[in-house]
Amino acid sequence: MGEVEIPALRSVDLDIREGEFIVLLGPSGSGKSTLLNILGGLDAPTSGQAFFREHALVAANERELTRYRREHVGFVFQFYNLIPSLTAQENVMLVTEIAEHPMNPGEALQLVGLKHRLDYFPSQLSGGEQQRVAIARAIAKRPDVLLCDEPTGALDYQTGVGVLNAIARINRELHTTAVVITHNAAIAGMADRVIHLANGTISRIEENVRKLSPEEIRW
Amino acid sequence: MRALDRKLARDLAAMRGQVVTIALVIASGIAVFVAAMGAYHSLLGAQTDYYRATRFADVFVSLKRAPLSLEQQLAELPGIGQLETRLVKDVTIDLPGVAVPISGRMIALPVLGETRLNRLYLRHGRFPEPNAQHEVVVSEAFANANALRPGSSLSAILNGKLQELHIVGVALSPEYVFATKLGDPLPDDKRFGIFWMDHKAMAAAFDLDGAFNDVVALLAPGAEEAAVLAGLDRLLEPYGGLVAFGRYYQPSNRYLTDEITQQGIMATTIPVIFLAVAAFLLNVVLGRLVRAQREQIAALKALGYANLMIAGHYLKFVGVVVLVGAALGIAAGILLGRVMTENYMLFFRFPVLAFRLEPWVPLLATVIGLVAGGGGALSAVRSIARLAPAEAMRPPPPAVYRQGALDRVGWTGHLSARRRMMLRGITGRPFRAVLTVLGIALAVPIVMISFFWQDALDYMIAVQFGAAERSDAVVTFTDPVRGRTRHEIEHMPGVISAEAFRSVPVRLRAEHRSYRTAISGLPADPRLRRLLDTDLHVIPLPPEGLLLSQRLGERLGVGPGDTIAVEVLEAERPVRQVPVAALVNDMIGLAAYMRIDALNRLMREGDTINSVAIAVDNREEHELYRQLKAVPKVEAVAIKMLSLRMFRETTALFVLVLAGIFSAFAVVIAIGVVYNNARIALQERAWELASLRVLGLTRAEVSRLLLAEIGAETIVAVPVGLALGYWLVRGLVALHETELFKIPPVIEIRTYAIAVVIVVLAAGASALIVRQRIDTLDLVAVLKTRE
Repeated sequence: MGEVEIPALRSVDLDIREGEFIVLLGPSGSGKSTLLNILGGLDAPTSGQAFFREHALVAANERELTRYRREHVGFVFQFYNLIPSLTAQENVMLVTEIAEHPMNPGEALQLVGLKHRLDYFPSQLSGGEQQRVAIARAIAKRPDVLLCDEPTGALDYQTGVGVLNAIARINRELHTTAVVITHNAAIAGMADRVIHLANGTISRIEENVRKLSPEEIRW
Repeated sequence: MRALDRKLARDLAAMRGQVVTIALVIASGIAVFVAAMGAYHSLLGAQTDYYRATRFADVFVSLKRAPLSLEQQLAELPGIGQLETRLVKDVTIDLPGVAVPISGRMIALPVLGETRLNRLYLRHGRFPEPNAQHEVVVSEAFANANALRPGSSLSAILNGKLQELHIVGVALSPEYVFATKLGDPLPDDKRFGIFWMDHKAMAAAFDLDGAFNDVVALLAPGAEEAAVLAGLDRLLEPYGGLVAFGRYYQPSNRYLTDEITQQGIMATTIPVIFLAVAAFLLNVVLGRLVRAQREQIAALKALGYANLMIAGHYLKFVGVVVLVGAALGIAAGILLGRVMTENYMLFFRFPVLAFRLEPWVPLLATVIGLVAGGGGALSAVRSIARLAPAEAMRPPPPAVYRQGALDRVGWTGHLSARRRMMLRGITGRPFRAVLTVLGIALAVPIVMISFFWQDALDYMIAVQFGAAERSDAVVTFTDPVRGRTRHEIEHMPGVISAEAFRSVPVRLRAEHRSYRTAISGLPADPRLRRLLDTDLHVIPLPPEGLLLSQRLGERLGVGPGDTIAVEVLEAERPVRQVPVAALVNDMIGLAAYMRIDALNRLMREGDTINSVAIAVDNREEHELYRQLKAVPKVEAVAIKMLSLRMFRETTALFVLVLAGIFSAFAVVIAIGVVYNNARIALQERAWELASLRVLGLTRAEVSRLLLAEIGAETIVAVPVGLALGYWLVRGLVALHETELFKIPPVIEIRTYAIAVVIVVLAAGASALIVRQRIDTLDLVAVLKTRE
């Protein structure tokens, strides 16, 4: 049996503006994760170009990509990826200690409504609280881009809304560009633009005239 | 192939690096165990077979001279199975071109070259013709050491007359597996040979026609040795019989048994420790490997697989790893065992020494491996299987951490988040940290107990041949001589100083306990042969009374102030009551000492000696040895330098070969332990570390986190390991204490250093490998999966 190459993305042409709230929507296998990975400097396309401002991400080496992630990108993972042996505050400190103009860890946690949970370990926090710590950790460096991979995927509705609120607030108040991956179409209402992906291509781009607040979303 | 078995095959292939290293560790444990036990059983079996095939005697006695007519009476003693009388005489040998005096023992063969007891194993040539005056068969060890073969000639002083001897055969005797001559604590094949001659020819040469001076006998089945010995003593006393003794006191058998015992202890201690460490590692590693498959186990459960089937699947995994290791280990063990056994042919004079492996040895080793690995895997499977499938399929809740003591005292306040993470990684999982530290720590004593033997031997040589025995040679006389002989020897060319000693064979008796030994009579303040305790302090000799080795005192149940009966085993065989002055902590183990003048008084003899230790100016040693050879009453001259060389070439080499093999495997295990610890640490942290990489930490920063943890664990483990090693060596030495040897628990700095360096290098190399793996962490996968 020969190996068949199946490209995850094909002919994708996309500009994301600073301060925009983007939702990447699509079923699994549609290529949204690959797109996010390329945007986050974790993966490189086999052909084509990707730029962050004037920096070419495709030509960058490992060291430059690390610097890009360190200085410009905040990641929020589906499974939070907190360090269990560090408290909420310390998880945020992991990032503030290596960033150039970070906020105070307490300030970041306050932004996500966790001021009262500074010294809690992940095991002492609920799923939603853990995800909000992850968001605080992502934004504490004042990133230019916040990349969220299924941030509510492991959460129930109520908790999910709380997390989306935190992301929306960061986007609104800090003007951080936010890119959120989801297969939950309801979340699309929050975005400035919704990019629909299917079979590795952009099938449709939708602009929301009126952005919904997370509370208005139902799923 | 069932789907689960396909998974097994693919899992094994995917984890081949770890599978191979774990298999190698268990293989090392098993290889050492199989090789050492096999070599031990080979020696034990060879001894038993050899003794049986050659009808090695149970009891021995020598005497001055008795008529052959007495033989019938002796043979009819109750308890005697078979008895043989013979002639045994010590002679001085002169080999062309050899300056050093050589001693020989001549033994008369019955007619037709057929002994009934202590049969010879003829290796080359033939037995002497009846009545052949000049024909001898020579012991193989001596023949090999001096390049003698049938057709060679040498001369010997028989009864004061120089006589030419022709070698017609080369043979082995169960009586002289180790041939030790008087005044020499160790066998010396180059300067002590056994010669077998026709009975009539030898009787004629020594004027012993119609007489015998030595008896050997086999006991009848069920006979009581003590009764037989007493019977022999009673009949032979009028003929100058020395006290009869059993096989236990027979010098060659004693030395051989002691060496085999040593081998047995070495085979049953160190390899068992190796195996235990390998088993411990197997248990921990396989437990963690299985725990890492939590979600897969949950999925299998959800699909309807019973716990038993899942457990069976992981046991198969363990089984493959252990059996691959066992197969490798057994193969390597057999190979090594054969090499060791071949090596032992150089020291143990057996006709054949075949490698034999008791089937239970590899079986037991494999079972230990299976139980240890299976136990680790099963406990992991059980802890996961206990969860409801749905719960197990969800990512596990974050590991529970709490503020530790360090946090409460504010010690962590000024540390960076990454340092705290590392610190809590250790303190927050104390049980795991202890296991990890213990795992690394165990690598240290494994190396130490293998390398320590060289230290112990060096120390023994330094003490025995440097501090205690300071003479260059010891001249032993056939019979006790007047004290003035010392002056005669002192005036020989090249002799710088001389000291005289008296040695009296005795049986010490305290109530029902007794022990056969010799009392050494020493000058008041000996310079050439000093008595040292285990701290190397000179033991002062009291003017009266006996000094006994601590263990001899314990064996006899006596202490200072007690009086014991001393049965002298020569001449008039008087029995005297002698007070014990002190028990001393000497090196040799089971000895008795006295001031020479006190011993002379005890014997009611004047100034009498039977050996002289001399310091020699080596420019004149050849002339001195030439003159000594011509002195008829000189029985043997033991030369320290040559004894020392022999020691290095035999016992020392023997121990070091084994220790060398252990060392090689110790290094493999040490590296395996440290490497696997690092790999497991990486496996358990990979997800965390990759998350940090995604967050923007550089490779170097992330690596430092894990390497610092491995480093910290190694730093704690090394002193723990050194302490463990120290106590393990002491324990081993205590186990190794036999009657003839007491190994000093001396560990040189070098050995500590080797152990530390090996572990640190292994840690460093593992760190490099781990570092490389961190560089290739799959960052994308981290976003999607939870561990």
